[in-house]
Amino acid sequence: MTYVVVGAGPSGVIAAESLRKSDPEGEIILIGDEPEPPYSRMAIPYFLVGNIEDHGTHLRKTKDHYEALGITYVQDRVSRVSPADHSLTLASGGTQSYSKLLIATGASPIKPPIEGLGLPGVHHCWTLEDARNIIELAHDGAHVVLVGAGFIGCIILESLVKRGVNLTVVEADDRMVPRMMNQKAGGMIKQWCLEKGVNVETSTRVTKLEKNAKGTLNVDLDNGTQLPAHLVVIAAGVKSNTDFLEGSGIEVKEGIVVDKYLKTSVEDVYAAGDCAQGPDIAGGWSVHAIQPTCADHGQIVGKNMAGIKTPYKGSLVMNVLDTVGLISVSYGAWEGKGDGVEVLDEKNYRYMRLEFEGDKLIGALSLGRTEHVGVLRGLIQTGVALGQWKDKLKEDPQLIMEAYVATKYV
Amino acid sequence: MQKSLSIDPAKCTGCLQCELACSYDNEGVFNPSKSRIKVFNFHDQGRFVPYTCTQCDEAWCLHACPVDAISLDASTGAKIVSDQLCVGCKVCTIACPFGTINYNQSTGKVIKCDLCEGDPECAKACPTDAITFVDANWTGLEKMRAWAAKTDSSVQAGA
Ligand SMILES: Cc1cc2nc3c(=O)[nH]c(=O)nc-3n(C[C@H](O)[C@H](O)[C@H](O)COP(=O)(O)OP(=O)(O)OC[C@H]3O[C@@H](n4cnc5c(N)ncnc54)[C@H](O)[C@@H]3O)c2cc1C
Ligand code: SF4
Repeated sequence: MTYVVVGAGPSGVIAAESLRKSDPEGEIILIGDEPEPPYSRMAIPYFLVGNIEDHGTHLRKTKDHYEALGITYVQDRVSRVSPADHSLTLASGGTQSYSKLLIATGASPIKPPIEGLGLPGVHHCWTLEDARNIIELAHDGAHVVLVGAGFIGCIILESLVKRGVNLTVVEADDRMVPRMMNQKAGGMIKQWCLEKGVNVETSTRVTKLEKNAKGTLNVDLDNGTQLPAHLVVIAAGVKSNTDFLEGSGIEVKEGIVVDKYLKTSVEDVYAAGDCAQGPDIAGGWSVHAIQPTCADHGQIVGKNMAGIKTPYKGSLVMNVLDTVGLISVSYGAWEGKGDGVEVLDEKNYRYMRLEFEGDKLIGALSLGRTEHVGVLRGLIQTGVALGQWKDKLKEDPQLIMEAYVATKYV
Repeated sequence: MQKSLSIDPAKCTGCLQCELACSYDNEGVFNPSKSRIKVFNFHDQGRFVPYTCTQCDEAWCLHACPVDAISLDASTGAKIVSDQLCVGCKVCTIACPFGTINYNQSTGKVIKCDLCEGDPECAKACPTDAITFVDANWTGLEKMRAWAAKTDSSVQAGA
């Protein structure tokens, strides 16, 4: 049995380990195209500020981790998949056959339609290489324009601020983290950033980038302003890496469509992580490009590939963000279905909103709270009937932990 | 035989000795807000429920960590955070469905129960035996474990 895993990010690595656990015998080949040992993109913000070095970003820290598990790590790029003859074409020239294949190729940043995106001084913040380029330019006092205040943009924002740059964030939507926070909370995050000295332009687009006489960049905004910049960082969303699957017959919509066993439309081919569109907790099919989904996918797909049938109950979208010290959390269907409750303490930047369906919790938002936030996952994921605790939560939404403990043990 | 914390809420009087012992031993301060075990007070029913990490088999926090900062202590079964490796991304705090791993803003790291290297301070401090440290297979934790299994989104077996 030859298992081949394409993509050496967290979902590929966790899947390879899960495969080894379920099948001590099979051959496992992990193919990744980045010129690094397998690492986590999530560690990039901490690499950017110098809290960790390369090694601190690596997914596994012990030397010979992969060899010890009998996992062969190959640095190469898969350029084609041929399910008919169970083989892959490698960019280096060769081919690789497989008995079972996992596609865990993640996502890539979207290039927004802005003139001048290819100029020197313009970078994404997606890979370790991007991070090294940013470090070169993001010096104390440098002018930096960050394009996009989505989840990834806001994570990088914190690191740029810590590097002491003069930062302007430009977001086309009407608020910060629009897919993670509602008007109220997004507005509070913006207010907080403004107070911390970050310039935030919402409902604004970057139209053009140009090189100026000083060798730096001019950034044109659609409100007529022009900003100088030593560095422009583009964080305008991501999309699943599936181009190399063209002609393979593997079904791709927003991502690679997988069933509850994380198998694609093609026999012996599976997908996991940011590139996969799998079952979600609400009964739909979603790309949830977050670490917790990667970790769940990786574990489960390994078992399924090894023949231990393990259905996945569906991903729940969840995010935690630290914007220059203000911590925000979002879970599930926070947009709600018309039965929500919130408490707001605007002055102290505290906010909690819960959304219910019947007497179940389906989504939540919180600002300024770090204690026991995970229990929101427990409450939503298990669909526990809250009974009288729904009324108590409506009176005081901060009582989430009490509600959980009470519904279980009292 | 591995041991685990056994919690019997019926015996808890809400004296908070466990919280004080935990925060003092782990954080050097007598401060319940820094404790890894928390006693919940249900006034209406006159009940107190001490609550902390059950060191669940699913180990949600451990699997979610992007930099391998949480590991299994093979001798105690505890899931332990390495302050050296933790970058403070907080993803474990939202991945744990029990809410028992929390971010500490003053250190920039997360904290959770580590069973005090096999000699838990909370159990030693509890005057009523509401918290005891006993052989794993007959603890009151079974109830929490059963609930842990139900919380599993993925039917994961083993950590
Ligand atoms: C700066 C930053 C901060 C983040 N912070 C958070 C956070 O706080 N919380 C959170 O939940 N998520 C966060 N994320 C998102 C998280 O990192 C991703 O969800 C996660 O990395 C996805 O893992 P993956 O294994 O599916 O894909 P990836 O990590 O993208 O790994 C896929 C790998 O496959 C390689 N590959 C692609 N195509 C091929 C091919 N054809 N052949 C060979 N190899 C190929 C890619 O180069 C890559 O190395 C962050 C991302 C970034 C960039
Ligand atoms: S906060 Fe620390 S322990 Fe938790 S997931 Fe992030 S790096 Fe790992």
